[in-house]
Amino acid sequence: MAHQKLSLYQSTILILVSVCAPLGNACLAKGMTSLPALSVAHPIALFAAVFTPWVALGIALLIGFFASYLTALSWADLSYVMLATAWGNVVVELLSRFCLHEPVSWQRWLGVALITLGVGFVAPGPSRTIQPVRNDSELIETLAEKGVSR
Amino acid sequence: MNLASVPILSASFWATTAMIAAVVLSSAAGEVLTAAAMKSIGDLDEIRAHSGLKGAIVAVLTCPLFFAGVFFMAVAFFALLFTLNHMNLGLAGPATASLTLVANAIGAKLFLKENVDRRRWTAAVLICIGVYFLAH
Repeated sequence: MAHQKLSLYQSTILILVSVCAPLGNACLAKGMTSLPALSVAHPIALFAAVFTPWVALGIALLIGFFASYLTALSWADLSYVMLATAWGNVVVELLSRFCLHEPVSWQRWLGVALITLGVGFVAPGPSRTIQPVRNDSELIETLAEKGVSR
Repeated sequence: MNLASVPILSASFWATTAMIAAVVLSSAAGEVLTAAAMKSIGDLDEIRAHSGLKGAIVAVLTCPLFFAGVFFMAVAFFALLFTLNHMNLGLAGPATASLTLVANAIGAKLFLKENVDRRRWTAAVLICIGVYFLAH
């Protein structure tokens, strides 16, 4: 099977997928924990929470994540995107260690190392599977689908 | 001998397994359907260059497969909430995260006909073990 390599722009999109989701979740968590306890009995308070700065930033980042994720899936395999963007777990650990100054156990550092190794293993590989054209009739059919006349 | 005392035959074991399976299967279904939708639509960057951002948004929002994917993702989200309500995050978190990776790889190979080669399987196993350690 033939494969395609990623451009710099496509690599940037994958980095955005990896970074936007954990950052968005962290912003949501920070915003929601700073608010008083909410109840489903008071939906207006829940709705108002959307407009607080941290929650709004979190939502914007998660929208950015979903847009980047859909863009990545339009030119790369699902099995490639989900593995290459698993680096987001590492981002969370690094944020908690260096920004929030939380202690990180050796097991979690081992997890970070294994995920980094796994991502490093798959990221340089082919991003998309291209099914081979087997014979002339299939080639003509493929070209016709793409609007190329003989 | 009381059969219920054997872990694999107890009701709680099967309830836990069913809840995790529901999250993993619905999540994988959502991801595979969304990926199938995006593949059928084509390269979004090319569509955007040709028809603008509005054209790209319309292309996504007029694809039924995309909504099927979003539906299953929503089911997965609520299934996860239900699971977290019945079991602790220490078990549910890593189990669902790592099994979803494997289920996605299997779904991609079976339904999307992707070439999930040895390199991707090795990466999936390394990341699964990594996620397990992160949660502990």
